[in-house]
Amino acid sequence: MSRQMTGAEMVIAALQDQGVEVLFGYPGGSVLPIYDAIFKQEKIRHVLVRHEQGAVHAAEGYARSTGKVGAVLVTSGPGATNAVTGLTDALMDSIPLVCITGQVPTHLIGQDAFQECDTVGITRPCTKHNWLVKRIEDLPRILHEAFLVAKSGRPGPVVIDIPKDVQFATGTYVGPKNIQHKTYRPKIKGDMDAIRKAVEMIGKAHRPIFYTGGGVINSGPAASQLLRELVKATGYPITSTLMGLGAYPAKDDQFLGMLGMHGTLEANMAMHESDLIICVGARFDDRITGRLDAFAPHAKKIHIDIDPSSINKIIKVDCAIVGDVAHVLEDMLRVWKQTQPEIDKKALKAWWGKIEAWKARKCLAYKGSDEIIKPQYAIQRLYEMTKKHDTYITTEVGQHQMWAAQFFKFDEPNRWMTSGGLGTMGYGIPAAVGVQMAHPKSLVIDIAGEASVLMTMQEMSTAVQYRLPIKIFILNNHYMGMVRQWQELLHGGRYSESYSEALPDFVKLAEAFGGVGIRCDKPSELDAAIQQMIDCPKPVIFDCIVDPAENCFPMIPSGKAHNEMLFGDAVEDIGSVIDEKGKMLV
Amino acid sequence: MNTSHYPSQHIFQTPETHTLSVIVDNEPGVLARVVGLFSGRGYNIESLTVSETEHEAHLSRITIVTTGTPMVIEQIKNQLARLVPVHRVVDLTVTGRVLARELALIKVKGKGEARVEALRLADAFRARVVDANTESFVFELTGKSDKIDEFVGLMGPLGLVEYSRTGVAAISRGPDAM
Ligand SMILES: Cc1ncc(C[n+]2csc(CCOP(=O)(O)OP(=O)(O)O)c2C)c(N)n1
Ligand SMILES: [Mg+2]
Repeated sequence: MSRQMTGAEMVIAALQDQGVEVLFGYPGGSVLPIYDAIFKQEKIRHVLVRHEQGAVHAAEGYARSTGKVGAVLVTSGPGATNAVTGLTDALMDSIPLVCITGQVPTHLIGQDAFQECDTVGITRPCTKHNWLVKRIEDLPRILHEAFLVAKSGRPGPVVIDIPKDVQFATGTYVGPKNIQHKTYRPKIKGDMDAIRKAVEMIGKAHRPIFYTGGGVINSGPAASQLLRELVKATGYPITSTLMGLGAYPAKDDQFLGMLGMHGTLEANMAMHESDLIICVGARFDDRITGRLDAFAPHAKKIHIDIDPSSINKIIKVDCAIVGDVAHVLEDMLRVWKQTQPEIDKKALKAWWGKIEAWKARKCLAYKGSDEIIKPQYAIQRLYEMTKKHDTYITTEVGQHQMWAAQFFKFDEPNRWMTSGGLGTMGYGIPAAVGVQMAHPKSLVIDIAGEASVLMTMQEMSTAVQYRLPIKIFILNNHYMGMVRQWQELLHGGRYSESYSEALPDFVKLAEAFGGVGIRCDKPSELDAAIQQMIDCPKPVIFDCIVDPAENCFPMIPSGKAHNEMLFGDAVEDIGSVIDEKGKMLV
Repeated sequence: MNTSHYPSQHIFQTPETHTLSVIVDNEPGVLARVVGLFSGRGYNIESLTVSETEHEAHLSRITIVTTGTPMVIEQIKNQLARLVPVHRVVDLTVTGRVLARELALIKVKGKGEARVEALRLADAFRARVVDANTESFVFELTGKSDKIDEFVGLMGPLGLVEYSRTGVAAISRGPDAM
């Protein structure tokens, strides 16, 4: 249906037609007409953040926990530049977002007008695509195209920059029906020959492993389901990247835990010694591969990815399948059932024997304490006490993030929101705001570090305003722990600028915002304190005082391969494990 | 040596030069996207030409000559294809049927024997004189890039003032479109 309306009204109409329910934003001069249109409607809920970076992370949390496209609205100039970190974060982690930015009127573009910046220029490398809309006639098409581009193929953030005069102009609105991009046609179905070849390789493998990533989550719940079926049908072990946690149940016996720099011994060793890696929606990131010339030296590789540019980028693979994970896995399962490959049971048994031996090493073990809360213990207790709840976890970046990935067990997709590719401190609170907007009744916890949390703490105010009872669970080790760890291991214990000096009183801070503050520093009181947090109907900042000296293990140190890991109980030898050359590698 | 905590380069392949033809929507910013991709990801551009080729369909053809290892060339093609306004990427070098030409305008100043010699060489290279006076010539020369290199080299001692080149335009041989 086509209707006459202003550009600003078209923005709202298009968001509504695209099924947007929540819009995260911050007003300013060049988006006032759109804010006026928001004022006059009731379908879309606007969430007023406290910083535009927060708007983008909130939209990411919303998108990642629902599978929908996140929507953001910010003003020109500083509004747009503040959004850049969030956009880059979303690009790295393939999160679908539509970010609308205001722009100065078209006749002022290029004149260094007040709050003008080259938004499409600045955001070109940190979006999947962007548009500057110079004519009202183009606006409806671009609005709908933007959603299409954001969510199809490998998802990502897009920016639509709309000058103020275009927002005021009147034109004909057209709905999303039959909107097709001129050129953009991502490949969804995998090539059948490649799929048959892959199934044959999988059937013949002796030491196979599934290596899965965020692509499985992005592909939707069906992909997780199909992955489970295929892994069960084969009986093979499976590991996941940070981004892929939850796609396969962590509880299951075939799951070896996360792989990579802080992954488990069994996952990394199984990768190292495997003869076939089945990579599903992961991208051989450098945190995963470690030393490239020693990466999985005996393995053939199958790579399923919707983005052809991820294939053969870092690691040469033997069988590439370009397509959507769910579609490809569905075809694979069908071929598997048709051909019924005869697995070498004896070889598989021997393989599991090896894996069990690595598991027996209990690589995540740490020295417990009655006096001081160990951060790992805090996560374990948090998990035990929340697992009966409908829980969503976001994180900041640092040691606490890795401990959360290691010790919190995710059994479902879309429950784990973390900044993987960009590693953005300050992601967790706004992401939790976004998740809680989407799931008002659920328990949403940001597992945080005391340093990270101060980067976007102002979003606590947003949480209070919208009565979002998010829980900010700070593992307060008084250090930028991950930085301190590297300095301890690689820079002779010279803790340059990594001590969290002059911290606020987090309990009082929570109260100042209108939330609730809880502090705990005794292991014996932890459970009761966590229970108090869970029961609290308000936003909570939980200041969990933990051992400041704890390091995150296992760890693949710089310049080392998957079979050269460090463990927590070998702390004394670390100086000797990392040689001079390794120290250079930081 | 590797001086970061990222993995060092591990595949050593010999770089190759490839000529890519890229069909794109002729819309604002598309060239910036292509150029930004090359600079952002550290790829080489040896030559780049762009012009609208199908006015009705709003299509432009970008011809890029680039150098990289086979893995990097594959990446370049995949990354280009990933840009939303890119319709097609064809590696003309791989097809083995590439016709590539460049045009150059070359200004030469001189008197006496040098001037005569420059004219004689221009004739041998089939360069056209497009501007002339008693002191200087401007030659127009079309051909493969190395032919232009050679001609410019020869003009050096004969009074070369400056020259301008278009960069490579390329197309495949035979009756079919790419
Ligand atoms: C925006 C940003 N700046 C800097 C860094 C580098 N960095 C990574 S982890 C870290 C320390 C985080 O400290 P904290 O939040 O206390 O977490 P901890 O490691 O102590 O658990 C820093 C500074 C980053 N990841 N993001
Ligand atoms: Mg800390």
